[in-house]
Amino acid sequence: MNATLRRLSTVVIAMFMALMVSTTWIQFVRSGEYNENPNNNRKIYAEYGNFRGPIVVGGEAVAASVAVDDRYGYQRVYGSGDATRAQIFAPVTGFYSVTGNISGIENAKDSFLSGSADSLWLDRLQNLITGEEVQGSSVVLTLDPAVQQAAWDALGDQKGAVVAIEPATGKILALVSRPTFDPNVLATHDDTATTNYEALANMKLPTATIDGSAANSPYGPLTNRAIGATFFPGSTFKLVTSAAAIESGQYTPSTQIPAPDTYLLPGTSTEMQNFGGERCSATGQMTLLDALRISCNTAFAQLGTTLGEDALREQAEAFGFNDTLEIPMSTTASSYEADMSPDKVAQTGIGQGGVKATPLQMAMVAAAIANDGVLMEPYLVQQIQDSDLAVIEETSPKRYKTPISPSTAEALTQMMLAVVNDGSGTAAQIPGVAVAGKTGTAEDDPRQPTLWFTAFAPAEAPEVAVAVVLENGGESTNESTGGRRAAPIAQQVIQAVLSR
Amino acid sequence: MSGVAPAEPGMLQTDERVPARVAEAFLLVVALVLSVGAIWMVGESMVGGLPPGFWTYTLGLTGLALALHLLLRFRAPYADQVILPAVVLLNGLGLAMVLRIDLEDARFATPANAGRHFMWILLAMLCAGVLLWFLRDHRSWRKYTYTAMIAGIVLVMLPLIPGLGRPINGAKVWIFIGPFSLQPAEFAKIAFAVFFAGYLVTNRDTLALAGRKVLGLQLPRARDLGPILVVWAISLGVLVGQTDLGTSLLFFGLFVGMLYLATERGGWVAIGLVMFASGAVLAWSIFGHVQRRVDIWLNPFDPELITGASFQIVQGLFGLAHGGMFGAGWGEGMPYLVPYAYSDFIYSALGEELGLTGLLGILLVYLVIVERGLRNAIAVRDGFGKLLAGGLAFVMALQLFVVIGGITRIIPLTGLTLPFMAQGGSSLLANWVVVALLLRISDNARRPSALPMRGQLAGPTPHEVGQGPSGTGALPVAAGAARDAVAVPGRSANPPGESSFGPPAGPADGAAADGAAGGAETTVIVDGPREGGTR
Repeated sequence: MNATLRRLSTVVIAMFMALMVSTTWIQFVRSGEYNENPNNNRKIYAEYGNFRGPIVVGGEAVAASVAVDDRYGYQRVYGSGDATRAQIFAPVTGFYSVTGNISGIENAKDSFLSGSADSLWLDRLQNLITGEEVQGSSVVLTLDPAVQQAAWDALGDQKGAVVAIEPATGKILALVSRPTFDPNVLATHDDTATTNYEALANMKLPTATIDGSAANSPYGPLTNRAIGATFFPGSTFKLVTSAAAIESGQYTPSTQIPAPDTYLLPGTSTEMQNFGGERCSATGQMTLLDALRISCNTAFAQLGTTLGEDALREQAEAFGFNDTLEIPMSTTASSYEADMSPDKVAQTGIGQGGVKATPLQMAMVAAAIANDGVLMEPYLVQQIQDSDLAVIEETSPKRYKTPISPSTAEALTQMMLAVVNDGSGTAAQIPGVAVAGKTGTAEDDPRQPTLWFTAFAPAEAPEVAVAVVLENGGESTNESTGGRRAAPIAQQVIQAVLSR
Repeated sequence: MSGVAPAEPGMLQTDERVPARVAEAFLLVVALVLSVGAIWMVGESMVGGLPPGFWTYTLGLTGLALALHLLLRFRAPYADQVILPAVVLLNGLGLAMVLRIDLEDARFATPANAGRHFMWILLAMLCAGVLLWFLRDHRSWRKYTYTAMIAGIVLVMLPLIPGLGRPINGAKVWIFIGPFSLQPAEFAKIAFAVFFAGYLVTNRDTLALAGRKVLGLQLPRARDLGPILVVWAISLGVLVGQTDLGTSLLFFGLFVGMLYLATERGGWVAIGLVMFASGAVLAWSIFGHVQRRVDIWLNPFDPELITGASFQIVQGLFGLAHGGMFGAGWGEGMPYLVPYAYSDFIYSALGEELGLTGLLGILLVYLVIVERGLRNAIAVRDGFGKLLAGGLAFVMALQLFVVIGGITRIIPLTGLTLPFMAQGGSSLLANWVVVALLLRISDNARRPSALPMRGQLAGPTPHEVGQGPSGTGALPVAAGAARDAVAVPGRSANPPGESSFGPPAGPADGAAADGAAGGAETTVIVDGPREGGTR
């Protein structure tokens, strides 16, 4: 039997070899694939098991991980657990859920917050040796808490967004979207994370309309209206039309342009009227400056037609239209369409038809004008500090585009000052401060106009460029213009910046 | 090997000393250091200090291991010196992992219970000690051949009795009596090994020699197929009734393996494999629950299965993958995410925290135990002992293959657990009994025979040939034997007496007259006068 025992022993070795191969196959060859499997919760658990870095605004951790005694080890807490404080920053922080949902900075800077970024390899090596837990890095934002708070308060219960940019650098000082959500309810460690998310994702936000008919906002509370929603820019786009005109060399602010009572859209029988059917000019002519000051639609529609689609689109794209940004969250691209019919081109001259913009985009237009024609790339992350508070990444201001010349910028500044001084945007005036702005009232939905105001101040040495959008223009019928409703919000944000 | 025991007067002086089992003592220290170190590291990681029960586990494990070591020195001094330390190491690492999952309770409650598991380890070691103390010769179990058969069949059938068996994880391999639960298959495998050894040692010639040769394979006669048919039927009954391919494979593989050992006929293996395969395919085609388990095995990532039926195996794969090459470290992984990580899936838990390197190490320790068992089977002189040791070693290898193969998807998942490591009293008890049997058989195998060594007849210092029971083995082989004798000069001067440890000598007991103990192909098996023959 010894021969068979020896043969059996060979069989046993073969069996063990099979087990070793199958184990190696799983743990070595296929391990990467298994680790990345969407059904594998270990990644989330592992990240939760490590200390996730905080998101810091002005020294305050608006998102932080707190040690808890459950399977995850840490609970993500927003706004120190205060629902309102959490909501003020929610569009920026986003949320980090154990269900795998993740948004905002939490998503865009996940690798640093979780400590898994490639540039943290030295830290991880140290931790491996010392046996310490992996520590995530802190993400310090450019937001100014006072400006953010002012924008939040000024927006009140209205549906809309506010973006404030430092023109010289591109630093985003405020980014607010309302209504928003409390990230704390999405970061729970039980089933409510899912149910709360589904409730928010499916939530319809009814909006008031001029005729009282039922309507919902196309955007829910999870949408960041400041960078993720586009609207007709309305009259604020007249800044781009004006820029294209002046850049063409054919126009100055004092150039007389046609400003008829009505304008027949080319190729159609549709008569365009001015806001409220008003007359821009008794003579049917007015300066470009005056046309912008009172926001004359017929003048700008005709100007748009004169300049043509290509000139307008080139100018729009020079301001950042048709492009996405990583601020570091990905923005929705503002759009200026191509190959439009002549009537649609005419409409884009006044920010309707084939053009749509995010609030961030219109703040960038104002910021470029404020910064002598140089558009800086907007950014939210000032720096990233590792667990030892050493700065491992610092954002330095970057030129994004140069849409207009300094002289064009100066000309547009004068025109925008006129808008606030004695035009459609007087509500944005601040005593002793030269505010340059532009109003806008767009018809995304005729029943509920979208109200805009974009501005910068002080005009001589701009510290901030702001864009305000309000979705719910239908709430107060004849008062509903960007100048009346949106301008005061921009004014409060500017004041918050100037009183820093 | 230090103590020099005196030879019994009148008996042959065998030039052997009673081993002091220094190697075993040294290996035990290594095993205990590794085990206690693992428990300590679990504590450091989980509670930031010594884990609760640290001293109980340390002292208990050390005490019992030491007690078994001393017991072996007195009761089985020639027994294999590697098996005990290897098994203690596996117990220690298993205890550390059960403790690690137990300590997770604050975050993630599991039925892992290190205290209870440890109690069973102690009890199982105690049982092994008692068995080693009272069982002086494994051959005395040969008379229980048919008792063992009945016990085995009853044990296998127990989970099928309504009210007694309850499906866990889809497999009915557990029985419940009051607060106690039991995996009868663990004990049945011992009973069947004893039965097969006893049955085959008696009938091996009939099974081996009769029959025709077809295509180079010696096929048995139809009337000799009876026993294999019975075992085949039982195995398929287990497969269908308990829906557990593992247990079924365990018993049938054990039988075919031992049949091959006994008859040395590959034809039996061929017949066995064909029968089992066709039976399994038949069961698969007829029974829905067998098909379901095969589906889970083949397509665990099927979206319809992954949250339900295949959840456990997929989680196990994720755990293993998470461990990667070097593992997360004790207490640093998430083995508790896998259902039954402390028992059925302790392999994936160990893989997650100790990595591929750790698992390959553990597999090697198991391989060492199995291979030592097979070596002892080669070394032992009686046919019953050869078959029993070979069968027990092989069934352990089979069980590892079935359990780990199930987790790593070589075969469908089974309800059996990893010997010595998984939490579970029946598994610990049964496998420690296997260890005790292997140790007892190895003691008999290595114990110097009371027979004359071949060379001693031809050596320069010839000894008197005493009352050797048989002269047949005493073939004069001059070459190496002279060297043997020279290598131990002066031994003949030792007073006789060591054979007080020797086996009861006599032809009926089948003491082998094979001078090259544990070695040569020419082993003469004298298993009862009827079967004497040289193979």
